[in-house]
Amino acid sequence: MGIEGIGARVARKEDKRFITGAGRYVDDMVVPGMKHAAFVRSPYAHAQIRKIDVKAAQAMPGVIAVLTGKELKADGIGNLICGWMIHSKDGSPMKMGAWSPLAVDKVRYVGDAVAIVVADTKGQARDAAEAVEVTYKELKAVADVTEAVRKGAPQIHPEAEGNLIFDWEIGNAKETEAAFKKAAHVVKMDVINNRLVPNAMEPRAALGHYDKAEDHYTCWTTSQNPHVARLVMSAFYNVAPENKLRVIAPDVGGGFGSKIYIYPEELVCLWASKKSGVPVKWVADRSESFLCDAHGRDHVTHAEMAFDENHKILGFKVETMANLGAYMSLFSSATPTYLYATLLSGQYDIPAIHGNVKAIYTNTAPVDAYRGAGRPEAAFLVERMMEVSARQFGISPAELRRKNFITSFPHQTPVIMNYDAGDFAASLDAAMKEADYAGFAKRKAEAAKRGKLRGIGMSCYIEACGIAPSAAVGSLGAGVGLWESAEVRVNAVGTIEVLTGSHSHGQGHETTFAQLVAERLSVPLDSISIVHGDTDKVQMGMGTYGSRSGAVGMSAISKALDKVEAKAKKIAAHLMEADEGDIVIENGALKVAGTDKSVPWFQVALAAYTAHNLPGGMEPGLKETAFYDPSNFTFPAGCYICEVEIDPDTGVTEIVQFVAADDFGNIINPMIVEGQVHGGIAQGIGQALLEGAHYDPDSGQLLTASYMDYTMPRAADLPSFKVSTSNTPSPSNPLGMKGCGEAGAIGSPPAVINAITDAIGTEDLTMPATPQKVWAAIRSATKH
Amino acid sequence: MYSVNYHRASSVADAAKLIKKGDAKFLSGGMTLIPAMKTRLAAPSDLVDLNHIAELKGIKVSGKTVTIGAATTHYEVATDEKLKKVCPAIAELAGLIGDVAVRYRGTIGGSIANNDPAADYPAALMALDATVVTNKRQIPAEKFFKGLFETALKDDEIVTAVTFTAPPKAAYQKFPNPASRYAITGVFVTKGKDGVRVAVTGAGDNGVFRSKEIEAALAKKFDAAALDGVKVPSANMMTDMHASADYRANLVLVMAKRAVTAANAGA
Amino acid sequence: MSEVSLVVNGRRVSGVVEDRTLLVHFLREHLGLTGTHVGCDTSQCGACVVHVDGKAVKSCTMLAAQASGSTVVTIEGLADGADLHPVQAAFRENHALQCGFCTPGMIMASVDIINRHPDGLDEATVREELEGNICRCTGYHNIVKAVLAASKAMNKSKAKGKSASRAKQAA
Repeated sequence: MGIEGIGARVARKEDKRFITGAGRYVDDMVVPGMKHAAFVRSPYAHAQIRKIDVKAAQAMPGVIAVLTGKELKADGIGNLICGWMIHSKDGSPMKMGAWSPLAVDKVRYVGDAVAIVVADTKGQARDAAEAVEVTYKELKAVADVTEAVRKGAPQIHPEAEGNLIFDWEIGNAKETEAAFKKAAHVVKMDVINNRLVPNAMEPRAALGHYDKAEDHYTCWTTSQNPHVARLVMSAFYNVAPENKLRVIAPDVGGGFGSKIYIYPEELVCLWASKKSGVPVKWVADRSESFLCDAHGRDHVTHAEMAFDENHKILGFKVETMANLGAYMSLFSSATPTYLYATLLSGQYDIPAIHGNVKAIYTNTAPVDAYRGAGRPEAAFLVERMMEVSARQFGISPAELRRKNFITSFPHQTPVIMNYDAGDFAASLDAAMKEADYAGFAKRKAEAAKRGKLRGIGMSCYIEACGIAPSAAVGSLGAGVGLWESAEVRVNAVGTIEVLTGSHSHGQGHETTFAQLVAERLSVPLDSISIVHGDTDKVQMGMGTYGSRSGAVGMSAISKALDKVEAKAKKIAAHLMEADEGDIVIENGALKVAGTDKSVPWFQVALAAYTAHNLPGGMEPGLKETAFYDPSNFTFPAGCYICEVEIDPDTGVTEIVQFVAADDFGNIINPMIVEGQVHGGIAQGIGQALLEGAHYDPDSGQLLTASYMDYTMPRAADLPSFKVSTSNTPSPSNPLGMKGCGEAGAIGSPPAVINAITDAIGTEDLTMPATPQKVWAAIRSATKH
Repeated sequence: MYSVNYHRASSVADAAKLIKKGDAKFLSGGMTLIPAMKTRLAAPSDLVDLNHIAELKGIKVSGKTVTIGAATTHYEVATDEKLKKVCPAIAELAGLIGDVAVRYRGTIGGSIANNDPAADYPAALMALDATVVTNKRQIPAEKFFKGLFETALKDDEIVTAVTFTAPPKAAYQKFPNPASRYAITGVFVTKGKDGVRVAVTGAGDNGVFRSKEIEAALAKKFDAAALDGVKVPSANMMTDMHASADYRANLVLVMAKRAVTAANAGA
Repeated sequence: MSEVSLVVNGRRVSGVVEDRTLLVHFLREHLGLTGTHVGCDTSQCGACVVHVDGKAVKSCTMLAAQASGSTVVTIEGLADGADLHPVQAAFRENHALQCGFCTPGMIMASVDIINRHPDGLDEATVREELEGNICRCTGYHNIVKAVLAASKAMNKSKAKGKSASRAKQAA
């Protein structure tokens, strides 16, 4: 490892602009003649649109255009799509209802877009949006999945009878039933995984610009995957052919999944730009983000686990209802199926598993992947089950887990996944040691003297990152391939640009990707630039989500570097009249191993471009491209331990320590990896203690629609975290990396709830475990 | 935000004149009014800015008599050394309002004129038996606060100051809403020559109120133990998604106990 | 419409704006100072924090007209030329930012926190003081570290400055 290469704690290259206020986010973009948009949104959760009258709005000061869904349809703009086909257990395809970017005849959730107003200023656009007169006939709404599937519930889409989108299964029902027949113990649980609002700090935004002279569109958008956005807007929404559409995702202020999807607003801004003849910018208010960004989680699950007399797991049965909201968002069908139920085996050797997932429409915002996406729901279920089972059996939670850990790899689970590497006991040992688990009883007794209830809980999570290979996901219904691309462009003087299909919105790619190049080509970090986020600059790529940028995106760079390195060595060998196989790259030069002969890196690059003296038949230039498709998912895993103290008088939970021991395989920059873990844990603690999106069950109004009611984790809500990593390299990619972006959010909620339930002595507690709920749980436990 | 006309008042008299324009509102710190305007929940035609009126600013302490100008910020109240000597409880309360950026701008006059049922100052003023001074009259706190967001103020009446006699013992305990950080329950207790006063904010379904049960128990003995077994009725408590009436009733008692302990420790 | 006139990052600026224009929009749209961000509409996230007359305030909760006559410092005006402010440097050294969106407000608020605590800070105080700034990326762990580190650095340089001036006086 060099001081700037793999494994170094290099300070981030991109920080300079962010700490000086020079970051460039979509809302910072200004195009000559640019105007501002506001959307008219439904105040009802479910209603028929009787009439839309735009006359008054058109007459308002500064108004340039008021456009509705009818005009959008007339221009041939397509409906929004879901990009992953799921088939129900009876073989029928999922029942997807139509999602018009601007609602035409019906609105299905509060916030559903009905019209767009373009005006000189944002204030004027807002004023005019209020003047658009929409006549609605309000219909009965349903916000909760259990209500939505009842007979007589409001029918949301004609395509999905009884609001059921699909009824899907995984694993083997018969074998699982057989396992339960042999069981000495069966533990049953009902679990709710609470609905969350992603809340990236930068609200979504779009700037659409139609250039009449060139007949060309440019869209600046807050996207985690600009190429996918271009593909979808072009191929499905008919905005423009791909060669006439440039999508730019500049600095993006956090995503967490919510900026994967192609929402109505960006394509409507593009269309409206052509229609109105001016560039159109829309920036969401936080209130709009609450209403209209894709939410996360929202599962209702019943689960049963069968054990033999020695507490070895025999089988696992899971029935889940997943709320997908009012429309199927881009990957909404994959999140509660292949990203969730495939992880039901956890870290455990479970011979038989059967999972059934029903996806259901409700009159709420669309639900899709949010940091972890399906895997937090699986981890919460499995890890609550392990903890509760251990308590019922009267054995230690660590012992029950150890007894059931998978210990040899590769391991084929009954739910598709083939775990390729791991050492689960190592993470558990590391976490227990760091947490001084053995000393807990003493700490609990000391806390009791102060009138506090102290509890400890653990979570041994596993997740799957870098969804792959493309052929496999294609067979499971994915509409896209899940590879990644890279181009390494060595300039004539030896500086380097790396064009990557990954997108950085906080992950620090400009640094870590450059570290990989610095390590491989032995050049200074400063001479390497990472280019991303612009479809005109970068070849087709798949973007950043599912912790894939390291394992998949960097592997693509690594493959391109292989080619660059090979060509550079050939040139160097030719220049030094040496054997290609003897060339090594060291200290900024290509050397003949074992001699003092060397050519500086920049001279090799220059030689490639002057082409005065290249090996016979070699093309000039030093630039290589690679598309990398991994052979398997990667499987980050680890153990989290949370210790809490609860004030029984108020129900307030304080996290007194939080330990994370993760196995991410090989790591490029430990500082950045730790940062990812910190952020993930904070979101997980947020889910466990603070955050929950609540809709009024009757009206379908979002009750937690701002930070006044939706509790975002703040500094004083959290402790400093104790994080460490161990390493079993992934054999499925050339860099041995697994991914670290989501682990914290996946592993932490069960650890927190296991700790609280340990402290208060009852399992009857839902997330978020607010002071009121904890206080009530303590009261009902002591009453019984 | 809807269109609005901004006016900067140079004196109380000037402000009283300007407020007659259209549907005008006074703007003090703006920490509640501007967010409400941004989300279009408030739509005044005109704003009369009170921030540049020198006579509304500052804290005077004379013996035990405290006078706080209406345009004095929460930050100034929280950090005023003279005030902290005679009545640390109100300084501590001010230090619990919002975050520091809010405290730099928000004012005591603005807060009490708004009378948010979850604001902190109303509890302090009721428990301190304070007097609200306006450009027209003096109003005892108990008559000033009238239910949710309602006060005794007339349309063109401007709060100019708050005045009270610092009691020997006082303390405030707040249980904040985890999201908004307003009080889910805040209890201000005082023990002065006229006895014990206990005012509760955040919990009641009709704004700030005095808790008779707790006052009676503490009148016998000003000690947390005196509140053991006291029943705080949940009948008139607010219920929302953050806290049920029962939970709020419990918090009133818990916060009252802690406030009494703090008041005794501070004395 | 109102004419507003203020000093921003050491420069006298003025403009005619709609009375409803917030200070943050005046900075971003009229002056092109886009480092100050808007992350919420309830005055809670703190992405918009700037210094007005030396105090950290939320520029989304103040009209430009209210700020007229004031002196404003934004994230763009914090560094001393090419030299980063110690808080900026500490944020980078401690990896206290990821997506960078909350960062300008976080840094401006942190400068104010450190200024108000000349005798130093501890972790609990920093966490309490950051109440008005929300970050979704970092879990605050490294932000807290950075503020503590910057506080130390600034106090040290102040002590140095003091002893230097004492030395001068003695001479």
